[in-house]
Formats: sequence, C-alpha cells, structure tokens
Amino acid sequence: MPLITIDNVKKSYGANQVLKGIRMDVEPGEVIAIIGKSGSGKSTLLRCINGLESIDEGNISVAGAHLGKTELELRNLRLKVGMIFQQFNLFPHLSVGRNVMISPMIVKGTSEETARELAKKNLARVGLAEKFDSFPDQLSGGQQQRVAIARALSMEPQALLCDEVTSALDPELVNEVLSVVRSLADEGMTLIMVTHEMRFAREVCDRVVFMHHGKVHEIGAPEEIFANPATPELKQFLGMATH
Amino acid sequence: MISFSLWDILRNLLLAGRWTIALSLATFVLGGMLGLLILFVRTSKSRTLQNVARVYIEIFQGTPLLMQLFLVFFGVALFGLEVPAWLAAGLTLTLWSASYLAEIWRGCVEAIPRGQWEASSVLAMNYVQQMRYVILPQALRIAIPPTIGFSVQIIKGTAVTSIIGFVELSKAATVITNATFMPFTVYAAAGLFYFMLCWPLSKYSQFLERKYHAAHHH
Amino acid sequence: MAESERIMAYQFDFASTFDYTDILIKGVVTSIELIAIGGILGVAVGIFGAWARTQGPRWLRPFVSMYVELIRNTPFLIQLFFIFFGLPSIGVQITEMQAASLAMVINLGAYSTEIIRAGVVAVTKGQIEAGLSLAMTRLQIFRHVILRPALQKIWPALSSQIVIVMLGSAVCSQIAVEELSFAANFIQGRNFRAFEAYLITTVIYLAMAIILRQILRLIGTYFIIGRRSA
Repeated sequence: MPLITIDNVKKSYGANQVLKGIRMDVEPGEVIAIIGKSGSGKSTLLRCINGLESIDEGNISVAGAHLGKTELELRNLRLKVGMIFQQFNLFPHLSVGRNVMISPMIVKGTSEETARELAKKNLARVGLAEKFDSFPDQLSGGQQQRVAIARALSMEPQALLCDEVTSALDPELVNEVLSVVRSLADEGMTLIMVTHEMRFAREVCDRVVFMHHGKVHEIGAPEEIFANPATPELKQFLGMATH
Repeated sequence: MISFSLWDILRNLLLAGRWTIALSLATFVLGGMLGLLILFVRTSKSRTLQNVARVYIEIFQGTPLLMQLFLVFFGVALFGLEVPAWLAAGLTLTLWSASYLAEIWRGCVEAIPRGQWEASSVLAMNYVQQMRYVILPQALRIAIPPTIGFSVQIIKGTAVTSIIGFVELSKAATVITNATFMPFTVYAAAGLFYFMLCWPLSKYSQFLERKYHAAHHH
Repeated sequence: MAESERIMAYQFDFASTFDYTDILIKGVVTSIELIAIGGILGVAVGIFGAWARTQGPRWLRPFVSMYVELIRNTPFLIQLFFIFFGLPSIGVQITEMQAASLAMVINLGAYSTEIIRAGVVAVTKGQIEAGLSLAMTRLQIFRHVILRPALQKIWPALSSQIVIVMLGSAVCSQIAVEELSFAANFIQGRNFRAFEAYLITTVIYLAMAIILRQILRLIGTYFIIGRRSA
C-alpha cells in the first residue's frame, strides 16, 4: 500500500504546461531521488505534493490524506509530510530551539515542556544539541539546514520532501547535511529528494526518477539509471552532471 | 431661526478654501527656498554650520506646529508690531516646512553615489558648483515623489493656523458650525474638501515613487 | 518709542510661568496619557489593519483602504472636531478626553496600518512557505512568523510617526482637554506672559519628544528585536 500516490498530475503556468501527467507511487520507507535539468518540473512536482503549488488535474494523496483545495485539507496533508527548503527558511527572530518547538506547540497543542524535550531530541539527532539557544544568524549554512531538518522532524511526519537541500551550501558543508539525510533514510523515513548530488542518489536511494520537460522520462533503481541510461535525454543529462 | 441649506455651507467652505490653497502654495514656495538654504548649511563642510542646521531642524521637527505658531505670533508682537494672523501663519509654516524639506532633500542628495562628488571635484568644481551642476539635478528626480508627498502635509498643516485666527477652511468650518449647529455635516464637508485637495497629490506621489523604483531596480 | 526701546522695555518674566507649576504638571501628565493610549491602541489598530489588508477577508479590504486614505488625507484637527462636535449631534455622548483619545487612535491607526503593512509584505515568501509546510494556519503564520520580523523592520518609521502624533496632540487643547498646550493657554490668560508661557511649554514638548524617542528605541531593542545582542 503506497504511502504517497501521484496520479496523472498536470499543471500549467498560463500557457506553459509544467507537469504533463505525472504518475508515481512511493512505498513507505522508500527513498526517491528526482533528477533532471532546471525547468523539467521537478521542484514544482515536489511543491505540489504538500500543496505549496496547486494542481490543475489529477490526484495526490499522502497516507490517505487527499490533496484538496481547502485550508483544512491542506493542513491535514502537511501534518503528514514535511519539507526542507533550499534556502533553509529558519525563522530569524526565534532561537534554534524555538524554531524547532514552535510548530508542535501552536499547531498540535503540545505543551512547552514536551515540545522542548522533543526539540532537544531532534537537535541531538542532527548533531546540534548544543546550539539550542543560538540564533539562526549565528550558524553556518550547513548547521541551519540541519536545524531545518530537526524542525521538520518535530512534526513527526511520515515523509519528508527535500527540495535541493544542499544546493545553497558551500561544498565543505554539503556532507554534514547529507549524512543527516542518510541517517534518516537508514532509520526508515520515506524521502523524496530533488537533488543534483548524483553520488548521494546512487548510494542512498531506492529509486531514481529522471524528469524531462514535465514528464517522468525514466524511472528505476540507481544501478539501472546511472549505469544504463536508456534514453538519449538521460544520457545527455548524466554526461552534463558533475558527479 | 435661520435655516441654512447645504449649498450655503458648501459655498462658504469653498470660499475659505481659497485661502487654504493660497497659504499652502506660499508655504511650499517660500519653505522650499528656505529649505534649500538649510540643505546647503546642513551639508556644508563646516561642522559648526552643520550643527546650526541640525539644531534648527531638531527644533522645528521636535515641537508642535501649534506651539510654533503661538511663539511666532506672540514673539513678533513683543517688538510692538501688530502681526496679522496670515503673516504669523505664513512665517511659521515657512520655517516649519523648510526643516522637513531640507531633511527630505538631504536624503535624496545622500542617495547620489560618492563617485559623482569625486568626479566633479577633480574637475575643480567648488561645493556650490558641484551641488548646482552635478548633484542637485540628479537628486531632483529622486526628490519629486517625497516632495509632493510633503505638500500634502503642508495642506493639512494649514488647518492648525485656524487656531491663531487665520480664516481658512478649518476656521470657516468652525464659524459655520457655530452658526448652523450642524457640526456633523460641516466638519464632514470640510474633511471632504481637504480630501479632494490632498488625495490626488498623495496618489500622484505614490505613482511617481513606483515608477522611479521600477526604473531603478533592474 | 523706537523699536529697540520697545523690545528692551519688555521685561521677560519666565518665573511667573512657574507660579502655575501644578497646571503645567497636570498638562504634562495628560499629554502622556493621551500618547500612551493613542500609541498602544493606535499600533494595535495598525497591526489589525495590516493583517486585514494582506490576509484579511476580501470584503474587509476596501473598507480598510478607505479608512486609511481618508485619515491620511485630512487634517487631525478636522478629525478631532468631527468626533467631538459631530458625534454628539447624532446622539453619541462623548467626553473631551474620550474624543481626543479616540481621534489619536484613529489617526495613528491609519498611518500604522500602512507602515506595518510595508513590513509585512517585506517578509519573504520562503518564510511563509516554511510556516505552511509546518501545517500552521495563515493566522498562526501572521502571528508567529510575520509579525515580529515586520515590526522589527519598520520600527524606526513607526516610532517617528508616534512622535509626530504626540506633537500633534497639542491641538487637543482646542476641545478643552487639559494637556500641555491647554496649560500654556491657561497660564498666559492669567499672567499675560504669553511668549514666556509658550516658550517654556515648547521646551517641555521638545524634551518629551526626545524622551519618547528614547523610550521607543529601547522598546525596539528589547521587545521587538529580543533580549539578545543583535
């Protein structure tokens, strides 16, 4: 029984059709990498899954929660799937600890003590327990992104969407974030990652999705996709890739 | 018991409104000239002169316009001169608006890149020449939206002059209210006339501001 | 008498103003009351107005816009007179202090709405999306993600406006609110030393403006930005 189903999703921006009928199922515990050129629709697809972008046709559901149009339906969906952003988007006016605590407290009504314990646990999980009282502008990019992961984890989602989470990082900071993501994968978290980190995708993911011009062009296990690209577009893309 | 028609009220308000417009225009012109002078003093090389300008601006921006009016009105009277309300009003508003305009324009001058100053000084221009031929023409364009915006403040500021007896729109409204016992209608009408004077200027200023930002942020 | 003789014949007598120190003190206290009420409630109205214009229900927005445009394009004096003289004529009973406070709240509220709204729209989309993906409601996002950064950004502009409104409260003396200008009028009516009375009260106003600016700066540093060093 798939955790996430994406059924014939279509989306256009005005005259430009960005998603041309995407069909994809994600099983619980699967780690999926979505790769492709910019403009292929991969970030858009990710942002449709948690409702940050609306879809014109088709269906998406996460753990039984159907992607609807009302605020209530969207919030129910977002309780089940979290997102990590390329630009981290930590709240600058809150300390690291409060960034992680705030949503469980105000959305789920968790008490302050419980939220604090949960925050400390999740910050320890990403290796930043000692930064609880620091503020985001005192942290490096890699640290901020790890806090963002801890923040998303505090909502105890069933899946995480990672939108190019290392693309805004200096190269030496990329690994600290990727090792956290790898540990989440090892613990059985369902992950959908839009990424340019091909080596990471090859090592950690169960399936790789190659998107091209708004369609799923190829999909399969990393060994097949990277070692034996079937279509000329994928061959050309991999030739362009840096890893 | 005389009854007054709405038209009576409006007509009298409109007639007094001419004086609001006249005072506003005079203030704008005279205050602009004085403001330019203060701008030069404020941005001059001499520390002393700068401080003189700063004190002037601090006083006129840090005290109520009403108090300034009273001080000018009674202060000039100390010299034994009979000062009519329109003169005290015009003088005070000029001094008051000059302080704000000087600061607004100073912001515009400071927005001009350092390089313009350097280029003109190596061409052996002195301070006044730099301002006149290089800096002010460029600052002028940036200055138009906030200056038009401040003209709205001037028009609203004329209302306070009614308190020292200058007969403009607000004073007329008070007099007419006392005659007609219709404060709701009269003050609403006065408000509407001020709105008709101010709103187009406000909108135009916002329009120019947007246009300037669109042109300069690409 | 020659001009110079006339001015020298006028003996400045500042001391006589201070025969009425108790009146002056009452004036200062009342002025402070006015700006305290006006400032706090005015900013509250501004927060509501900024919320209404950015996230509020569509039907509410034109009303807020009209309110803002009306207040910003008419003089405070007319607003004050309309409230104090106009409302009773349609049956609303109101004291002079209530009218003055209401006028100040309405006046500052309109300017605050615009100032705070500028801060609200400056909060980046990414922040809002982070809040959305954490399953916050729009209202929760406004309160926890948008409001404080917005206030931080526009605090200098908002502080300026509060000082302007405080200075503008001088005209409340015209409806017999016993604030500082009223005190000056009262004193000079008794001792005929008009220039001295107004000069002294003007200096007091200047001091109040400087102190108010400092207080607002401290509020900005400690409550808006937070107790950490920036």
